[in-house]
Amino acid sequence: MFETLSHAALQEYWWAIMSLLGGFLVFLLFVQGGQTLLYTLGKTETERTLLVNSLGRKWEFTFTTLVTFGGAFFASFPLFYSTSFGGAYWVWIIILFCFVIQAVAYEYRSKPNNVFGSGTYENFLFINGALGTFLLGVAVATFFTGSKFSVDFSNITHASDTAISRWETGTHGLEALLNLQNLALGLAVFFLARVLAILYFMNNVEEENIGKRARKHLILNAVPLVLFFLFFVIRLLLIKGFAVDPVSGEVSLEPYKYLHNLIQVPVLAVLFLGGTALVLFGIIRPVLKTTTAGIWFAGTGTVLVVFSLFALAGYNHTAYYPSTFDLQSSLTIHNSSSSKYTLTAMSYVSLLVPVVFAYIFIAWRSINNKKIDTGEVKNESHVY
Amino acid sequence: MVENIDLSLVDWSRGQFALTAIYHWIFVPLTLGLSFILAIMETIYVRTGREEWKRITKFWMTLFGVNFAIGVATGIILEFEFGTNWSNYSWFVGDIFGAPLAIEGIMAFFLESTFIAVMFFGWNKVGKKFHLTSTWLVAIGANLSALWILVANAWMQYPVGTQFNPDLARNEMMNFWDVFLSPVAVNKFIHTITSGFVLGSLFVVGVSSWFLLKKRESGMAKKSILVASIFGLVSGLMLVYSGDGSARLIARIQPVKFASLEGLYKGREGAGLLAFGILIPAKETSGRKIHEVKLKLEIPNLLSYMATGSWKAYVPGIHDLIDGNAERGIMPAQEKMKRGLVARETLAAMKESRDKGDTAAYQALKAKFYDKDFMENYFSYFGYSFLNEPGSLVPNVPLTFYSFHLMVGLGFYFLLLFFVFIVLVWFNKLDNKRILLWLAVFTIPLAYVASEAGWIVAELGRQPWVVQDLLPTVAAVSHINASSVQVTFLLFAFIFTGLLIAEIGIMIKQIKIGPKEGGK
Repeated sequence: MFETLSHAALQEYWWAIMSLLGGFLVFLLFVQGGQTLLYTLGKTETERTLLVNSLGRKWEFTFTTLVTFGGAFFASFPLFYSTSFGGAYWVWIIILFCFVIQAVAYEYRSKPNNVFGSGTYENFLFINGALGTFLLGVAVATFFTGSKFSVDFSNITHASDTAISRWETGTHGLEALLNLQNLALGLAVFFLARVLAILYFMNNVEEENIGKRARKHLILNAVPLVLFFLFFVIRLLLIKGFAVDPVSGEVSLEPYKYLHNLIQVPVLAVLFLGGTALVLFGIIRPVLKTTTAGIWFAGTGTVLVVFSLFALAGYNHTAYYPSTFDLQSSLTIHNSSSSKYTLTAMSYVSLLVPVVFAYIFIAWRSINNKKIDTGEVKNESHVY
Repeated sequence: MVENIDLSLVDWSRGQFALTAIYHWIFVPLTLGLSFILAIMETIYVRTGREEWKRITKFWMTLFGVNFAIGVATGIILEFEFGTNWSNYSWFVGDIFGAPLAIEGIMAFFLESTFIAVMFFGWNKVGKKFHLTSTWLVAIGANLSALWILVANAWMQYPVGTQFNPDLARNEMMNFWDVFLSPVAVNKFIHTITSGFVLGSLFVVGVSSWFLLKKRESGMAKKSILVASIFGLVSGLMLVYSGDGSARLIARIQPVKFASLEGLYKGREGAGLLAFGILIPAKETSGRKIHEVKLKLEIPNLLSYMATGSWKAYVPGIHDLIDGNAERGIMPAQEKMKRGLVARETLAAMKESRDKGDTAAYQALKAKFYDKDFMENYFSYFGYSFLNEPGSLVPNVPLTFYSFHLMVGLGFYFLLLFFVFIVLVWFNKLDNKRILLWLAVFTIPLAYVASEAGWIVAELGRQPWVVQDLLPTVAAVSHINASSVQVTFLLFAFIFTGLLIAEIGIMIKQIKIGPKEGGK
C-alpha cells in the first residue's frame, strides 16, 4: 500500500502525522494548565485534592504523547532531532526537566513519608505547568522565526570536530527568549493550557465552588490568550518566511510567505480559521450558557489550529526549521527526513493509531463516564 | 584521527548517559517483573473468587505504582538524550534507530498508560474480567516497550539490515525484519526481561519474608512467596539459557568485550572460565596496561565452550585482537584503522568532487559505497578511523570483569534461593527459618546490583563504540560545551538522587502499612 507512494508523498504524509501529534499534544497540555491553577481554583485541601485527582487520571496521556511525538520526529525527520535537540540544548533540557519532576509528583504528592512534603510536589506540578507549556510554545515559534545553526554532512569526514549539526550561538537555544514573537507564542500556549484546563475542570469535576471560580477565571485567562495569539499571528502573516525552490531546493526569504501559504493552500486557511472559531466558541459558550461541554469545542479547535500552524511551517515549499545563520542549512520536510524504506515501514506502524484511539476511548468510557466528586475520591483506594 | 575534540565533553556526555541509564534501570526491572506477578495474582483471584487474592494484588499494585512513576520520569530523559548529547549519532543512524523508539511510543506506551488507569481506578467500575485484562495489558505494554528499546540497543551492538548512503553521510534501513529479528535483539530481549522478572520476584520474596519475620500477614506473605518463587525460578532458568546464547553472540561479534569479561589477554585453545579471580595490575605489555588474574579458580575448557560450542576451540585474547594474530587470521587494529581511514577519505573525496562539479569522479567514488568488497573490507572499519591509538579499543577490563562475574554468580545464587523457598513454603516450614528470611530481605539490593552489573557489562564492555565498528563515542557527540553537560549532569544527579530517596521512603512506609488498608 505505502510502497506505491513516492518519497516526497511519504514525507508529506509524515509531516501531517507530526502536525496531528503536535495538535493533540498541545490540546493535552490542559493537564499542565490545570497544574498552574490548583491554588487558584481550589481553596481548600479537599478541593485541591479533587483537582489533582481529576488531572491525575490524564497526565500520562500528555506525557506519552510527548514521548511519542519525540520518537516519531526521530524516526521520520532525524535531522531535526539531531540539529534541534543537540543545538537548542538548554531549551530542550529545561523542558525535559519540567516533565521529569511532573512524572513523580502525582503519585508521591499524598503518600505518607514522601520526604519532601506535598507542597514540593505541588510546586513540581506548577513548574511543569508554567515553564513546560511556555517553553514548548517558544520552541515551536522558532519554526517560523528561525535559529542560528549550520548543517554540513561533510563534517563527518573531518579529522577533528566531526559534528554535522552545529549551533552557532553559545546560549544554545536560550536566545529564542529574546524574540518577541517567540515569547508571544510561548505565553499564548501557557494561557491556552490554562483555558483548556478550566474548561476541562468544568466538564470533569462536580463541585460547586470550583465551578464558580472556573467560570470567573475562564475570562481572565482567555483575554491574554487572545491578545498574545493575535500578536503572534499578525506578525506571522507580515514577516518574511523561508521559501524553498521546488527545483533547486535553495532556501530564500520571501515576504508574506506564511500569508501566501494560507492563500495558496485554502484548506489550511479553513482549518486555521475554523479551529480558531471553535476555540473561541468553546470559551464563550460556557460563559453565556450553563453548559460544561466547552472543552470539546476548544479542544478540537486547538488540534486544528496547531495542525494548521505546523502545516504552514512545512508544506507549500517552506523550510519548517529555518536557519538564520545559513539559509541553505534550513531543514525542510524533504532534506531532513528518513529514507523511503523507513518512512514506508513507519507508515504501516501509523495504521495502529486508530486502534490506539479506539482502546483509549473504550478504556476511558468504562471508568470515566461521570464527573469526579469528593465522594469518589474519598472511597477510592488509589488517590493522588 | 580525532585530535582536537574535547575529550572531557565525551566523558561528561558518557557520564550523563550512564547516570540516567543507571537510574532508569533501578526502576524498570521491577516494573517488568512485578507487572506480570500482579497479573498472575489477579488471575488467581478471578479464577478462585477468593477476596484475599484481591487484597494481595492490591497491596503489590500500590508498590508497583510508586515504582512506575519514577521509571517514567527517568525514561523520558534517555529518549531525548540521543538528540541532546549524541546529535551526530542521531543523524548517522537515525534512519534505523528512530523507528523502534517511535514504535515503542505508539505500540507500548499508550497501551501501558491507558490500562494502568483502569488497573488503578477501575476496581469498582469495570467487571472482573475487564480489569484482569487491563492488568495483563499493562504487563504486556511494559514488556513491549522493553522489546523496542532493546531492538534499538541490539542494533547498536550488531548493526544489520542497513546500507550506508554516502550523499547523506548516514546509514539507512534496508530490511526492518533483519533489524527486528536480529539474533542479538531476540537474545537481548529475553535476557533483559527475564532479569526483570527475577528482580521482581526477589523483591516480592524479600518483602514477604520481612512480613514473616515481623509475624504479620503470614497468609499473604506465603502466597506471595510461592507465586514469586515459581515465577522467579522459571524466569531464572530462561535467564541462564539466554545468557549462554548471549555469550556465544558476544564472542563472535564483540570479541574484545568477550575477552575483557574474563580478563583474557592472551588467547588460547581450551580456555577455562574463571569461577573466581582477582585482577591485579601487572607490567605493561604491548604498550598498554594489563591485569593479571590471581587466586583464580578455573573451570577447564568452559570459556571455549561458551564462545563456540566446542570444548577445545581457540578463544582470542585482548592482545591478539589489538595487535593481531596472523596465525589465527586476526587483523591488527592498526590495519583496521588504516582501512577505516581509506573509507573516510573516499567519502571526503566523493564530496569534494561533487562540490567541484566533477561528475565522473563523483559517480566513481560513490559507486565504491555500493561495492560489496569495499564495504566489507574498508567501510566496515569506518569507525576505527576516528581512534587515536589501538589501545582505545580496550574497555575498562576490571569493571567489565567484576561486573560479569558478579552478575553470573548472583544469578545462580538467586536460582538456588527460589528453589529453597519453593520447597519450604510448599512444606510449610518457612516461618522459623529466620536466617533464611533475613537473607531474602538482604537479597533485594543484590538483585539490583546484579541487574545493573549486566548493563555495565553490555555497555561499558563495548566501549569505545556507540555503533559497533562504525561510530565511536568521540565522533558521535553533540557540538556543545563540556561545561554545559557538566551542569546538566549535576542537575540530573541531584534530582534523580532526591527522587530515589523519596521513592525509597514512600516504598518502605507503604510496606510497613501493609495490605490492610489497601495501601491507601
